[in-house]
Amino acid sequence: MSKMLAFALSVCAITTTAAFADGHCAAGKTLTDGKLTIATGNPAYFPWVLDDAPEAGKGFEAAVAFAVAAEMGFAAEDVVWVRSSFDEAIQPGAKNFDLNIQQYSITAERDQVVDFSEPYYTAPMAVLVGANAADTPATLEALRALKWGAVGTTTAVPKLANVIAPQSDPLLYGDNADVNAAITANQIDAALFDLPTALFLSAVMIEGSKVIGQFAPDQSDNPDQFGMLMEEGSPLKPCVDDALAALKASGALAGIEAEWLQDTTGVPLIE
Amino acid sequence: MFRPSATGLTRRERYEAQQRRRALIVASASTAGVVAALVVLVPLAPGWDKVRNSFFNAEVFAKSFPKLLEAFWVNVMIFAWCAPAIAVLGLLIALARDVKSPALFPLRIFGAAFTDIFRGVPVILTVYLIGFGIPGLGLPRPWNSPYIWGSLALILTYSAYVAEIFRAGIDSVHHSQRAAALSLGLSERQVMRDVVLPQAVRNVVPSQMNMLIALQKDVSLLSFIGPVEIFRQAGVFKSLLANFTPYVGAALIFLVVTIPATRYADHLMARQMRDRR
Amino acid sequence: MEKLVLEGVVKRFGNKAVCDGIDLVVKAGQMVCLIGASGAGKSTLLRCVNLLEPIEDGAIYLDGEDISVPGLNPQNVRARIGMVFQSYNLFPHMTALDNAMLAPRRVHGRTRGELVPEVSELFERFGLSEHMAQYPDQLSGGQQQRVAIVRALAMRPEVMLFDEITSALDPQLVGEVLDVLVTLKHQGMTMVLATHEMGFAAEAADKVCFLHNGRVLEEGTPQDMFGAPKKPETRAFLARALK
Repeated sequence: MSKMLAFALSVCAITTTAAFADGHCAAGKTLTDGKLTIATGNPAYFPWVLDDAPEAGKGFEAAVAFAVAAEMGFAAEDVVWVRSSFDEAIQPGAKNFDLNIQQYSITAERDQVVDFSEPYYTAPMAVLVGANAADTPATLEALRALKWGAVGTTTAVPKLANVIAPQSDPLLYGDNADVNAAITANQIDAALFDLPTALFLSAVMIEGSKVIGQFAPDQSDNPDQFGMLMEEGSPLKPCVDDALAALKASGALAGIEAEWLQDTTGVPLIE
Repeated sequence: MFRPSATGLTRRERYEAQQRRRALIVASASTAGVVAALVVLVPLAPGWDKVRNSFFNAEVFAKSFPKLLEAFWVNVMIFAWCAPAIAVLGLLIALARDVKSPALFPLRIFGAAFTDIFRGVPVILTVYLIGFGIPGLGLPRPWNSPYIWGSLALILTYSAYVAEIFRAGIDSVHHSQRAAALSLGLSERQVMRDVVLPQAVRNVVPSQMNMLIALQKDVSLLSFIGPVEIFRQAGVFKSLLANFTPYVGAALIFLVVTIPATRYADHLMARQMRDRR
Repeated sequence: MEKLVLEGVVKRFGNKAVCDGIDLVVKAGQMVCLIGASGAGKSTLLRCVNLLEPIEDGAIYLDGEDISVPGLNPQNVRARIGMVFQSYNLFPHMTALDNAMLAPRRVHGRTRGELVPEVSELFERFGLSEHMAQYPDQLSGGQQQRVAIVRALAMRPEVMLFDEITSALDPQLVGEVLDVLVTLKHQGMTMVLATHEMGFAAEAADKVCFLHNGRVLEEGTPQDMFGAPKKPETRAFLARALK
């Protein structure tokens, strides 16, 4: 009896694995067979990942990751989360993840070293000002006079230099928390973030701060499109792109965006 | 039989000259061998192309180097105003720890606590705490500048180390020097100022040179609170270009400054050892 | 006239009494030599007189004034009593001239300008003119010790204390330093020497004191002390020292 059961189970196991291999483009292309290893930041910030717990699938990027994984044929329990810094993601050599999702803007330079999926989100840059500069008008001229800050590893830096060109040199920081501290200490008036992050910081983190404007996505020389990062030449790329295309076509991606990202339409455009 | 040579060298001198030539040839050959092995073997490694492209990319280097050099100027300026302040504060702290008057006992406690705390706390924490904390109390601009408070964090931390070195220097002056000076009728203060300190300071110059070199590198910690010095500038390039070559460029700039300084400190140290013998 | 008087001076280091009730009288212009084995208390006694060591008991009088009162500022006393050490102790970061001028400048508040002629004259008197601008490490041991004497003299002291000032010198350099002492004696300086140079003590001293275990065991003229010592300890010491 027990022998029969064991046989039945093993047949079952073989057939499911076989079905997976036949039906899905990712088979045999991931770090661990049958698992999809996804990296995010350490810590991962709201609203991209809630409570720094991507496993829960809450937050925009966590939800997108699980949706893409499902499209690629991975059950939720087959998704393995790891953490990585920006440096780890771009260093040469083998990666410890299949996909890395932490608001990576797609740029031509980065694309030479790593592979990006098709964009899963287009994030306009937005201006967050501290309490002391809350009534600054949303014009480039007024913005130029402010004391600026940004996270040094982001595409906000070239955007700041090229589009706003502030009168005094901007101060640059290691992560969102440090920019937050600098605004609170009134060392900078304003900082440039992607819109969802700016809205979150203003609403929850920095008392008296305000998002006074956003740049139209097409205005910048780096369209701020977020892509999933993969090792250069990753065989998974077509598979991921197909999954994203399917999510876009079905409206599922828009649904996730509506669920997790605040409505951004109320923020005026900076001309 | 002993024959004086035509060159006027003694037998011993000729022998030593020959030994020197041999040593030079052997040293050159072995160095050339090691360098050749590195140049030939490293590129044979399977990942070399990727590593070279990520760390030693000529195009990225050329693109980033001028701005790195510009950013290094920020380091130089921060260093230039921190170093004298550290020397003065370090010396004062060292002296505070040696005061004997009971009225100044609080000063002594303060000196001891100061060195214990600032040597015990990681520099980066001090930089954050003072760089963001004090301006956060509500100072108006420009007095809340991260340049001011970040520099203060470096000054406090390094003064604690420098004070300990000065103290060791003061202890290294032989007590008979104090006795001789006191016997002439000088006061304790005069003995310290005219006799002990000049010798103490001279004794610790090489150690303090090493502190200067360390400071030059730690100036980069200010990048955490905003100033775009060379390390941050390299980080910006790294992120934009997805390439580590800017860090290599920054390291080269640092080395151009620190290697001569290190050699000079070693030279001073060696000379001091010779003098002591 | 009694220049310097010690009464029952006691100095202990821990439980050990290095000076165990020393009485001594030095008259103005006298040269007094302290002799005795190492550890007999000679050096400690001199350091006590110069107030470099506080004394536990007894008293020290300079011109009849008690200078050993606890709490007295020692600077004024030290300015009046010069001291020269076995190991010269010149300040290595100053020239010989600056070594000699430091204390008059700081303690008496005098200027370099007024001191240079005066101190140069001292250097000249002891044959050191050509070494004034040199640093201590450029001088021989004998020269350094003579500069140290000049440095003490530049304060115009009333009494000079010499703590085995020839012990660290090569034998051929001892003479030049002892010659300085003879010159000083002729000029009427009051001097107390701790010394191992028995020949010099016999020849130049006005009074010789034998210290033994922290006490003055026997004292007298050089003739008495070297010719007919009374105590067996003195005889034993001299027998060893003069061998």
